[in-house]
Amino acid sequence: MIAVQIKFPRALVLVATFVALGAVTGCHKKASGVNPSTLGPAPAAPATAPTATITADPLAIDLGQSVVLNWRSQNATSVTIDGIGDVNLNGTQTVSPSNSTNFHLTAKGDGGTAEANVRVTVRVPVAPTAPAPAVADMGSEAAFHQNVKDIFFDYDSYDLRPDAASSVAGAAAYLAAHPSIKVVIGGYCDDRGSAEYNLALGENRANAARTALVSAGVPASRLRVISYGKEKQFCTEEDESCWQQNRRAQFSLDR
Amino acid sequence: MHSPQRKPPIRHAQRYCLGAFFLLFACVSVFHAQDTFKTETSSGVTNIRIAVADFKPSSSDTQTDGFKRTFDTTLYADLANAGIFDIVSKSLLPQSTPGTPAEINVQQWSVAPASAAMVVFGSFGIQGSKIVCNGFLFDAKNLQYPQVLAKQYNEDASEDSARQIAHRFADEIIFRLSGGSQGIAESKIYYVKITGADKEIWQMDYDGANQQPLTHLGTVSLSPRISPDSTRLAFSSLGKDGFQIRMYSLVLGRMVNFQGVGGTNLSPAWAPNGKEIAYSSSRSGDPEIWISDANGALARRITSFRGPDVSPVYNPRTGSQIAWISGRTGLPQLYIMDTDGSAIQRMTDGGYATSVSWSPNGQFLAFAWDRKYGPGAPGGQDIYVMEIATKRWIQLTHDGGRCDFPSWSPDGRHIVYANTADGKAGHMKIMTMLADGTQKRALTGPGADMPNWSWK
Repeated sequence: MIAVQIKFPRALVLVATFVALGAVTGCHKKASGVNPSTLGPAPAAPATAPTATITADPLAIDLGQSVVLNWRSQNATSVTIDGIGDVNLNGTQTVSPSNSTNFHLTAKGDGGTAEANVRVTVRVPVAPTAPAPAVADMGSEAAFHQNVKDIFFDYDSYDLRPDAASSVAGAAAYLAAHPSIKVVIGGYCDDRGSAEYNLALGENRANAARTALVSAGVPASRLRVISYGKEKQFCTEEDESCWQQNRRAQFSLDR
Repeated sequence: MHSPQRKPPIRHAQRYCLGAFFLLFACVSVFHAQDTFKTETSSGVTNIRIAVADFKPSSSDTQTDGFKRTFDTTLYADLANAGIFDIVSKSLLPQSTPGTPAEINVQQWSVAPASAAMVVFGSFGIQGSKIVCNGFLFDAKNLQYPQVLAKQYNEDASEDSARQIAHRFADEIIFRLSGGSQGIAESKIYYVKITGADKEIWQMDYDGANQQPLTHLGTVSLSPRISPDSTRLAFSSLGKDGFQIRMYSLVLGRMVNFQGVGGTNLSPAWAPNGKEIAYSSSRSGDPEIWISDANGALARRITSFRGPDVSPVYNPRTGSQIAWISGRTGLPQLYIMDTDGSAIQRMTDGGYATSVSWSPNGQFLAFAWDRKYGPGAPGGQDIYVMEIATKRWIQLTHDGGRCDFPSWSPDGRHIVYANTADGKAGHMKIMTMLADGTQKRALTGPGADMPNWSWK
């Protein structure tokens, strides 16, 4: 952007700036020209109507804390606040409400009545309740594992094999039908090779599974990737069938 | 250490005598024709024959006996482990136990059967609550002025003090007789202790004594790397979002902050100035090498190639190069590059190479290599050392089971590594050897892995 601007003659830029400024201020003048407050009925009555304001500081407190109410009135003969009663025409008071309260102020005077409101929010700690409906939405653990199957890899590889395609399609369909499910994808390796390299390889495996699910339409925000490398072995036999079990991207419910 | 000694003659020859230059060239050619190359411990210099006398007790009680035995054993072991001495067998030593210079008859030690070139002796006792130890190093061939070194130590009386005094005296002797190379008897080794399903970070003295836990995180912690000034320990630890870099302060004795990021973060490595850390991070998806400051801030990416990039280590001499392991072409291979990610060189030509450690003098890489890795291939994973300039390598372990995680000692003479004879991960133990593969011995029992030797 800046580079482009520098190419123009500086004068041109200045002119453009003034035009832009003029447009902005012009609009502003127009708005102030029709200020609605000046259009109201002129105060013709001999007795001026009272005015009143009330503020609270702070506006939100935790249960047990206190808040300072501050009110001002003009042309009033009596001022009352609901829940407190008659008060001075101008004043402050410290209150400690036990739940969120609307402080309603009424100022009466010869010229009529004015009202003002302030709402103080009290944060009451709520004991956490079990999110019962969420569990139902997530479906059963068994149904999840029946439909969302682990993906297995060749040795020292993080490329999806052809046989993974059906697993991915099945998983994507189940996740589309259960939109509240979030998934952790764990990357695992067999116990040969070095621990550090296997953790990086496990990350690549889990990422490959994640990419496949995202391509199949599962939102990336529902998928979380963790590599366990060879630190959490599914089995420990030293043979190919066990190694194959360990070389996988494993899906589990992210609660 | 070796090249500075060799360089002056080369410069000399070039400057003054063309003939000598050609002679030198011929020598270099012969050197090239060799199958092997010279590490710190295979420099061809004959080891100094040294006699280590048991120290004379200067006080008599059972406590003195116990501590003195610890001291004598530790001092003897330190000098034997140094790799630069030919130690006179205790059975060949003279019967006398000199405690002071006035009590020694040097000639008695220089003649057969001891035939020592150097004699270590002294006195050890407890006065009040303090150990008082006087140690001497005498040149047995110099009858007129035999004294090389005299040291006095005065420490609180404890088993650990007795051992530490021996380490310090041994380092003084090694420093005098090795041509200025610092001893390692006061250095530490940090490692992973396997405790059931968890792995915690432990530390021990360089000789395997004094093993004690540092972390109590109740999870899997890996890859401990001590800072160059020995104040902080970086490692990676499994949390609820996967592996993250964690930092432990040895000064404060507790965990300190290291900025967390997304993805799997692994295998930290300290720059020799202690200001930066290189590590593997998958915050951008693919595991790549990143460098940040020591608190995890100001991170920048160094590599950008599809495939795992992991286990970086700085050239400790220059701080301007990084060696690391990359799976960009398939099986993991050893690479080096500059710290800005340029000048990438592949070092290994195949197999499965991991866990690299850069020698303190900057000339060698030690790493674990399975040269015949593959399904069904009966390869073994062994420790190798490669000379960077020529890419020639030597194999240091043979047929001893799976070996991994070599780490150089501060003096470049030793390599500590993890070994499991039967291949089972739970049976990993920590071994040490000289950098030419000799004098292998275990420092721990089974259940210890990923050793990292302190910088000093």
